[in-house]
Amino acid sequence: MVHTFEALGVRIAVDVNSGAVHILDELTFHLLRQVTPPMGEHCSKAVLRALPQYAPAALEESWQELRSLEKQGLLFETDDYIDKEQAASMQQSARIKALCLHVSHDCNLRCRYCFASTGDFGTGRRMTMDFETAKRAIDFVIERSGGRRNIEVDFFGGEPLMAMDTVKRTVEYARSREQPCGKNFRFTITTNGLLLTDENIDYINREMSNAVLSLDGRPEVNDDLRRTVTGKGCYDAIVPKFQKLVAGRGDKDYYLRGTFTRLHPDFAADVMHIASLGFRHVSVEPVVGKQDDPYALRPEDAQAIMAEYESLAQQLRDRPDVNFFHFNVDLAQGPCVIKRLRGCGAGCEYVAVTPEGEIYPCHQFVGNPDYRLGSLYEQTFDRALSSRFAALNIDSREDCKNCWARFYCSGGCSASNLTVNGTIEKPYALGCALEQKRLECAIALKAIEAGA
Amino acid sequence: MKHIKTLNGATLKNSAASGGCGECQTSCQSACKTSCTVANQKCENGK
Repeated sequence: MVHTFEALGVRIAVDVNSGAVHILDELTFHLLRQVTPPMGEHCSKAVLRALPQYAPAALEESWQELRSLEKQGLLFETDDYIDKEQAASMQQSARIKALCLHVSHDCNLRCRYCFASTGDFGTGRRMTMDFETAKRAIDFVIERSGGRRNIEVDFFGGEPLMAMDTVKRTVEYARSREQPCGKNFRFTITTNGLLLTDENIDYINREMSNAVLSLDGRPEVNDDLRRTVTGKGCYDAIVPKFQKLVAGRGDKDYYLRGTFTRLHPDFAADVMHIASLGFRHVSVEPVVGKQDDPYALRPEDAQAIMAEYESLAQQLRDRPDVNFFHFNVDLAQGPCVIKRLRGCGAGCEYVAVTPEGEIYPCHQFVGNPDYRLGSLYEQTFDRALSSRFAALNIDSREDCKNCWARFYCSGGCSASNLTVNGTIEKPYALGCALEQKRLECAIALKAIEAGA
Repeated sequence: MKHIKTLNGATLKNSAASGGCGECQTSCQSACKTSCTVANQKCENGK
């Protein structure tokens, strides 16, 4: 399977199964779209007739170059080299290696689009996690991770800084178990920033391998959606704190992470605004909501959003100092094909734990009784439900089988699928279209970086 | 080649031989939390 596209003025062919990417001239771009594999020895008369604007000799020359790529396994490669049955069984026996630890089901913001019902996940009970529950969660992931060494824990909420004592005690406990259990913990915290102080900034910069800092962009956009309990925007309170945190972060990872909605669809300006504040790593993402939510993106918004991504890519082509999360594609050294078959791992490699010790496939499912996986206190874990998630891969999801972007996206988000389509198995079409566009922009930026 | 510049070779196919150790980061954990992308993740086994 070959996907050809034009983005940022560059013509590109992605050979989906091999992972090869080629930059094409105009003639070859049009020629390749006429080719059906396997390629014949010479450019056929039918193809010459279909492209009368080009000289036959030039088309034949280009044909031979394409043929050479085909012979080298860099064009029209099949996916026969992947043992799909083995890959599927690996996922079924996967070990849990990542926790989204909901240390707080309470929040000091009232964001209008919050999927967590402004912190309590629709439960009506605002609470923080006690250390005993967090300790059980750490013991759970150590036991369930088997021989895996690297374990990730994301302190999440609600707002995790509202449970800073639990965060600190959990880190201390996990660190004490690293050597005896042969594990390496990596901690992330996702915060809205309101409660950042000099002391917890130092702590986060010392202990957290990644910090995800929530900011939607321009003051008027952020403050329209991200408000305190008194209805006041939070931009002025959080930006100086985030700047202070990042200034002390050294080489450790961080992302300024925003959400865009149909209320403010010109999100390229928000990305560039965040960059103008001195933040290098930026992730601004499409909101996911039910179709009747006023902020939710709708299918009819697709063209405008895709144009906005292209506009953002145009602005970022001369800004190598800015790392936009979704344009960051590592073509050469990225994850192996096995990883790319499997998707996010929610429900089988990754679970969320609530303050009450309940286990869900990921943070987005928390509070949905149909997707409760178990409980740390009951010592239960629904293997059948976990297995349903483990069965999801780019081969089993019907819509992914013939998608050119499948090895880059790995099947998308089950929670988004459930929100929009009512089932975890069926990909969310608008999400797919946007992912494909982001990837085209990302690959085009790589081509430009390489001198296209 | 005159008409084509190859930006990237068969890296995906080549990774099949050494892949599958599972030590890599869970893709949703990094910075997105809503829209997964796996291609920007790092490989942990230094293949």
